[in-house]
Amino acid sequence: MSPAIPIALTVNGRSRTLDVAPHHTLLEVLRDDLALTGTKECCLVGECGACTVRLDGRIVDSCLVLAVEADGGEVTTIEGLAPEGGLTRLQGAFLDKGAVQCGFCIPGQVMAADDLLRRSPHPTVAEVEEGMAGNLCRCGCYAQITEAILAAAEEGGR
Amino acid sequence: MHTFAYARPATVAEALAILAEHGPDARVLAGGTDLVIRLRDGSLRPRVVVDIKRIAELGPGIRVADGRLVIAATTVMAEIAADERVRRDFTALAEAAAVVGSVQIRNRATLAGNVCNASPAADTAPSLLVYGAEVVAAGPAGVRRFPVDDLFVRSGVTTLAPAELVTAIELPIPAGRLGAAHARRTRRRGHDLASVTLAVAVDAAGVTRLAYGSVGPRPVLVVDESGVLADAAAPDAATAPAFERLFAAASPSPRSMRAGPEYRLAMLRVLGGRALRTAIARLAGE
Repeated sequence: MSPAIPIALTVNGRSRTLDVAPHHTLLEVLRDDLALTGTKECCLVGECGACTVRLDGRIVDSCLVLAVEADGGEVTTIEGLAPEGGLTRLQGAFLDKGAVQCGFCIPGQVMAADDLLRRSPHPTVAEVEEGMAGNLCRCGCYAQITEAILAAAEEGGR
Repeated sequence: MHTFAYARPATVAEALAILAEHGPDARVLAGGTDLVIRLRDGSLRPRVVVDIKRIAELGPGIRVADGRLVIAATTVMAEIAADERVRRDFTALAEAAAVVGSVQIRNRATLAGNVCNASPAADTAPSLLVYGAEVVAAGPAGVRRFPVDDLFVRSGVTTLAPAELVTAIELPIPAGRLGAAHARRTRRRGHDLASVTLAVAVDAAGVTRLAYGSVGPRPVLVVDESGVLADAAAPDAATAPAFERLFAAASPSPRSMRAGPEYRLAMLRVLGGRALRTAIARLAGE
């Protein structure tokens, strides 16, 4: 075993210091060490997007980031998008449009959609499809997810 | 994932010392979008992973120096696709960087990593080849520069020595006007590896440069200096043989799961023709 490495992270606005094994991913540390289980583990090869989080202002697949690489970084997970107990407009739109079926992919979908609306507040359908290409939904709710994103954009943003 | 030591050198010299000490037991980590997958599946089992992202001297991401656009080894696809200088002078590279993986992947994956992994399907390789890009590699004997064309051997194999570190990819800023385009074929829209990926550049002197990937063990560059291909008014009888000659070096694997060889060879010609027409139109300023 390689020795654990001390790292400091800001996660959802809160400073955290912890010791991580060099081979543990950001995804594992968020879920197992910080109990933030909204971020999901799924394909582990960067294709499904279920583990999407925001790291230093950019969304990433947290299964492909070693926790030590994020040292000093600022992380936002699905738990940090809205104040405790609340929902963002975008999250509400996902519910309103029936975009959430089994729900497993939704934290990643919402993180990617949130990022899309930050970069492009009024996206076209093509821009939504491209912006969401890194997130798979095995319930096949792509049409509803697109509708939800467009509706949130129309109603004033994420 | 198996365990390994993690090194975070602050300088190129420090990184080179670690690489020299560990040889093939060390792996360089930039974006990690390929490496972390291979660490997890056990196909790579390095003793030390060398994270080069905190090496200050590798930055800033993209700069101009001595008539060249210098893209640092830590520069990610999203930055390249959005960069005004790349979009203006190296349009095909901007187009290629914009279709690698997904948003999440493009926020992490680096151009240097895409090249060093030497995947035959690397989307940025054809554009780098047509622009005459060079690899800058630092090693124990100093820094050497060589054409990207001299880097690729076959899938996953390059001419880099284990103790060498690619610090940048450099593109000579074209003296005259160029028209260029990237094109690819994937099984589905969105996030997928290319079944065919290619780039074309034509210049005012009529030289056509075509590079294609995912149709053989490494990306291939071919140059036509006859002028017929760049001439939109040339009769089909003149262009057809020259066009066909471009694809002589394509040899797609019959074992690939993404597409059969016949399909790839057919799509190579379709996409090659399309990209050529786009490049000619762009050269004409249309």
